[in-house]
Amino acid sequence: MSTVYNLKKEVEKPFRLTGGHRLCAGCGAGIVVAGVLRALDEEDKAVVTNATGCLEVSTFFYPYTAYTDSFIHSAFENAAATCSGVEAAYKALKRRGKIDENYKFITFGGDGGTYDIGFQSLSGAMERGHDMVYVCYDNEAYMNTGVQRASSTPAFSRTTTSPVGSAQCGKKQSKKDLTEIMVAHNIPYVAQTAPVGNMRDLHMKSRKSIYTEGAAFVNILAPCPRGWDYPMAKFAEITQLAVDTCIWPMFEVEEGVWRLTYVPKKKRPVEEFLKSQGRFRHMFEKGNEWMIEEAQKDVDKKWERLLERTGG
Amino acid sequence: MITCLSGNEAVAYAIKQINPDVMGAFPITPSTEITEYVATYVCNGEINTEFVPVESEHSSMSVCIAAQAAGARAVCATSACGLALMYELLYVASSSRLPITLACVNRALSGPININNDHSDSMGARDAGWIQIYAENNQEAYDNFIMAMPIGESPEVRLPVMTCMDGFITSHSVENIELLDDELVKNFVGEFTPEHYLLKKENPLSVGPYDLSAYYMEHKVQEAEAMKAAKARILTVAREFEKISGRKYDLIEEYRMDDAELAVILIGSSAGTAKAAVDMLREKGIKAGAIKIRVFRPFPGEELAKALANTKAVAVMDKSEGFSANGGPLFAETRSALYDLKDRPYLINLVYGLGGRDVKTGDFEMIFERLAGIIKSGETGPVYSHMGHRSKEAIL
Repeated sequence: MSTVYNLKKEVEKPFRLTGGHRLCAGCGAGIVVAGVLRALDEEDKAVVTNATGCLEVSTFFYPYTAYTDSFIHSAFENAAATCSGVEAAYKALKRRGKIDENYKFITFGGDGGTYDIGFQSLSGAMERGHDMVYVCYDNEAYMNTGVQRASSTPAFSRTTTSPVGSAQCGKKQSKKDLTEIMVAHNIPYVAQTAPVGNMRDLHMKSRKSIYTEGAAFVNILAPCPRGWDYPMAKFAEITQLAVDTCIWPMFEVEEGVWRLTYVPKKKRPVEEFLKSQGRFRHMFEKGNEWMIEEAQKDVDKKWERLLERTGG
Repeated sequence: MITCLSGNEAVAYAIKQINPDVMGAFPITPSTEITEYVATYVCNGEINTEFVPVESEHSSMSVCIAAQAAGARAVCATSACGLALMYELLYVASSSRLPITLACVNRALSGPININNDHSDSMGARDAGWIQIYAENNQEAYDNFIMAMPIGESPEVRLPVMTCMDGFITSHSVENIELLDDELVKNFVGEFTPEHYLLKKENPLSVGPYDLSAYYMEHKVQEAEAMKAAKARILTVAREFEKISGRKYDLIEEYRMDDAELAVILIGSSAGTAKAAVDMLREKGIKAGAIKIRVFRPFPGEELAKALANTKAVAVMDKSEGFSANGGPLFAETRSALYDLKDRPYLINLVYGLGGRDVKTGDFEMIFERLAGIIKSGETGPVYSHMGHRSKEAIL
């Protein structure tokens, strides 16, 4: 597969997620979806699947759709099974000579629809090895219903169901490591990326996931200005901080081989990421220093483990 | 060809003859065998269906929805808790107007968990926008499955179809059955040729929108109109089916109803027992009859009213408890259907056979005896009651 990436050329392609959708200004989901779909060769057809969530209700609001490709949404918890059903139909119809085009199958689910309620459906579809890509746009809480905690929400994060009060300080538990769980499915391709810089990392991983035969999973950080409580213009800055603090490492696992795709020149303290967002504000109150220390310890531990796995 | 098959085998054989594009498969007693048989047909190269062995019934229905939307013909089979797990998606399937065919092998719904027959599973899904056709025996289970696609896929209908048979009683009993030739079935069912589908190269399609108050109601009215239109389509398909099979089907089956004064109404395999009881009573000169509801959705209200117009006392038998405290689901529908009759018969409701509790000809004799007593006294007594259960004292 070509490793040449030219952002200028890429953005000249017609958008497959067109403008006019109803996602919030500065929403990470729209950037992620447009970025992933850009990795498709122009001549290839695709069927896009969504789990219920911000993305779905904002991009296919009857009678308008933002997708130029065929699209299906069925429910919150079954995006992977739905995509696998389209892929199964494709195989059957192709075998019977009823269709002759090449199609790619790409699913987008938020973290709630992926880490939590759609987890079983995802695991099943990956284990069955359908030729499809499942993309999780991870904004670390149930945003469509108004910022509730999920298993993807990081420790100490303030949400409406993990509030900050005198008896509790945000979420008590740490974030589930879904990408590692997907690696354990022994599928051909698993990756974690973020919409940073010139989007090269996201683009290359999207291409690999789409054009690798079999099941692929890509977990993509998708900051949410409303839920994370930051000014929307800070999107790029915050995403960069997530990868530079190693809170959200970028790596891929191809046929079981782990590879780091980004190592920050200087690993920045977690504090810098935390202080950029209102959801962590309480961590900076007097007496709560231990929270920041714990968050740093947790990131360090996971980063070291990742370095071991990737041979770094 | 006349042979001997169980109900599950008969439905699986129909699937083999149809050779659908996709099957979403997940095991649950007593429907498991259907998927096992189909898996074997695929394994032996007898059919080339894309067999998707998913991790839950929720996913088997999700696969069927997606496959059907993509332009394929999709089938699945389930029972009880499996159908309950599909609940949300049953509505997605019907509102997306996807004519999926589901073989429901009726089993009591938990809890407590029970694997035997009653109709609590499919009755719980009665308002999900699916056509529901119930079989009395293996032959009907086979025939109904073959008729399902020509009904559901018809442009004026475009609704999913649930073909139901009684768990174990029908699904696992081996009976004589007359199978149609492969070619005959293939031609009867025909090709699935949807107007719009996801994999149509000329025109992409979006399925499953966020649909608020500006259009939702129009979509629901269209769905309701489709269910109304299904009645005529079911009868047309039945007439066509009679031509190739010699077997005649209707929305309801009237048994010795011409001059009947006393009647029972029921669904499924117990109809055979009821008919035997009617025959016994007729020999004694009692004007007894039975009505079997074959199609529950769309509900044959007018047909039922017509069939019961000259009766004097009727027992509606529900094989599921709806917990309405006002009678079972079949009773509610029947009583409503009879409201416009000038002279209405006395009507009682008996909930029977829950969780596989047996019902025998003697039970029907007692029911008819009660109906005769109602006519004599002019008093119905308790309108809604249960039958065949022991008292607390009898158990202790």
